[in-house]
Amino acid sequence: MTSAPNTYENILEIKDLQTSFFTKDLEVKAVDGVSFTIPKGKILGVVGESGSGKSITSLSILRLIEDPGKIVGGEIRFKGENLLDKTEAQMRKIRGNEISMIFQEPMTSLNPTFTVGQQISESYKIHQGLNKKQAKERSIEMLKLVGIPSPEKRVDQYPHELSGGMRQRVMIAMALACDPDLLIADEPTTALDVTIQAQILDLMKDLQERLGMGILLITHDLGVVAETCDYVAVMYAGKVVEFTDAKTLFKSPKHPYTVGLMKSIPPHDHDIEGDLSVIRGSVPSPAEMPKGCRFAPRCPFATDLCRENLPDLITDEEGNQIRCWIYSDEWNGDPEVDVHAETERTT
Amino acid sequence: MSHSTEHIDNPRTAVKPPNPRFRNWNIVLRKLKKNKSAMIGGFLILFFILVALIGPYITPYAPQTQIMVNKLQPPSFEHWFGTDNFGRDIFSRIIHGTGLTLLVGFFSVLLGATVGVLFGIIAGYYGGRIDSIIMRLMDILLAFPGILLALAIVTVLGGSLVNVIIAVAISSIPVFARIVRGSTLSVKKLEYIDAMKALGASDARIIFKHIFPNITSPIIVQATLNIATAILSASGLSFLGLGAQPPTPEWGAMLSDGRNFLYNAPHVALFPGLAIVAVVLAFNMLGDGLRDAFDPKTKE
Repeated sequence: MTSAPNTYENILEIKDLQTSFFTKDLEVKAVDGVSFTIPKGKILGVVGESGSGKSITSLSILRLIEDPGKIVGGEIRFKGENLLDKTEAQMRKIRGNEISMIFQEPMTSLNPTFTVGQQISESYKIHQGLNKKQAKERSIEMLKLVGIPSPEKRVDQYPHELSGGMRQRVMIAMALACDPDLLIADEPTTALDVTIQAQILDLMKDLQERLGMGILLITHDLGVVAETCDYVAVMYAGKVVEFTDAKTLFKSPKHPYTVGLMKSIPPHDHDIEGDLSVIRGSVPSPAEMPKGCRFAPRCPFATDLCRENLPDLITDEEGNQIRCWIYSDEWNGDPEVDVHAETERTT
Repeated sequence: MSHSTEHIDNPRTAVKPPNPRFRNWNIVLRKLKKNKSAMIGGFLILFFILVALIGPYITPYAPQTQIMVNKLQPPSFEHWFGTDNFGRDIFSRIIHGTGLTLLVGFFSVLLGATVGVLFGIIAGYYGGRIDSIIMRLMDILLAFPGILLALAIVTVLGGSLVNVIIAVAISSIPVFARIVRGSTLSVKKLEYIDAMKALGASDARIIFKHIFPNITSPIIVQATLNIATAILSASGLSFLGLGAQPPTPEWGAMLSDGRNFLYNAPHVALFPGLAIVAVVLAFNMLGDGLRDAFDPKTKE
């Protein structure tokens, strides 16, 4: 559909993205220097706790940050072109057409006063100028594509007549209507129950393979990442702390935060003695960020170096990235430190 | 994506589920039917509309016919509401004035609501400086009592029925702007509006296609109540001689004519006054009923 002659390897490249929210006398850096790339046709998972800047990152890509928020720096290269240089009119042509998004709450993401068909038709009317009848036919095809039974009937139904899983399928149909090259899914399965979650993830993976698009999957669920993603970016307090392919991440997580996240998942092959391991403390508020490494106050290995200085994102020979002093030459703590060691079990 | 272009010929005419918009209307109507005063108001309005439509063809006298020998006659079988100081049949004049009154009320609200809704929705949707400018303007308008503002406008524009409509419309703009702004603020925060933005919909499309249908109920309630206010203001202006000019059978003007004969012929002022009261009351009762009926918190 789009015949951009320029060649690009990565569908999306984010470099040093900074998005801040401005209050009267304070700049709150919600996203502070985030960088990652999504190769063509791959799925990148972005994981992190609430407040780590995942959703703001995704809204920044579509340039949908609302006042008092603002993208203050960085680059968002989509198909090689910086989205931050586009005009609002150009962005509107990209939204829903080349990059589209699905939201967390399928219950509230559909307009209650329109039929499912009318809402999917919006994409076709906005981007392809189809008339009502054509748009409806295409909508039925889309419903079929996302596995909704008897689509000819469903197309005339209202959101309140559908279950949560069905609605999320409709959202996916809306998002994929114009055959986007990149799909941003902001916690698409969080509001669904587990069996439906698996169905929706399978559907997304299946469609991704058939349509060859890239997906940015935002989640706080490492299980979802393990099941679906090719690459993972772990975010903490507005920064990427680890970026690697999914296999490596699960085999040997490097950042103490990632390790902590993994440890806090209950294993299902054996019982654990005592309590499940937790990461003590909570994500620092963006208004009062620690001076050094942002994870230092919660990190069991933190030294003075960590508390005073912010580590850079280091890229190793395999292209994996890590933001931690332990893996740098300047590390001044225990040189034999093992981040995987059983540190402590606290409640 | 390779959309298969196979034709889907399955126009299965299953029973179409109710549109939530109409479903809500059904609930509103049911609630309204249980509200006695609203029903009385509604039927009164229907009655007045009927009178306005067919009344002029069946009145016993033409509204302008002056029979000077009959002047200031009290109500009788011949002249149900009596006659005025020019010997005109008051009953016929009131019937002829009904349409006028309703039209003034309807059009001034239509005009005021259209502009007010536009201002309100733009202020609510865009927020920030646009919001401040529009709403401060509305505050200024609101600072004047409605009738005083209308009076000032009519004085500037000159006295005529069309100018009365414009004046009353302008004074009702801020009420609509405020209500619509509030509703817009709550609807624009909903996730499906974000979803539409993410789909690349333009602001105009979002405002008119996705926000407006969701904020109609407060507009309808306010419009109904405002028709009553508008009729009252318009009558007031005509009473002061700034609206309908004689010999137009406008109720406010008739009331004004009658005030000179309050002692020896009170009926000249009484019947136009009662007519104004009845219409205003009817719209107020229906408006109150609609407000309760649209309120999801009130039980059926």
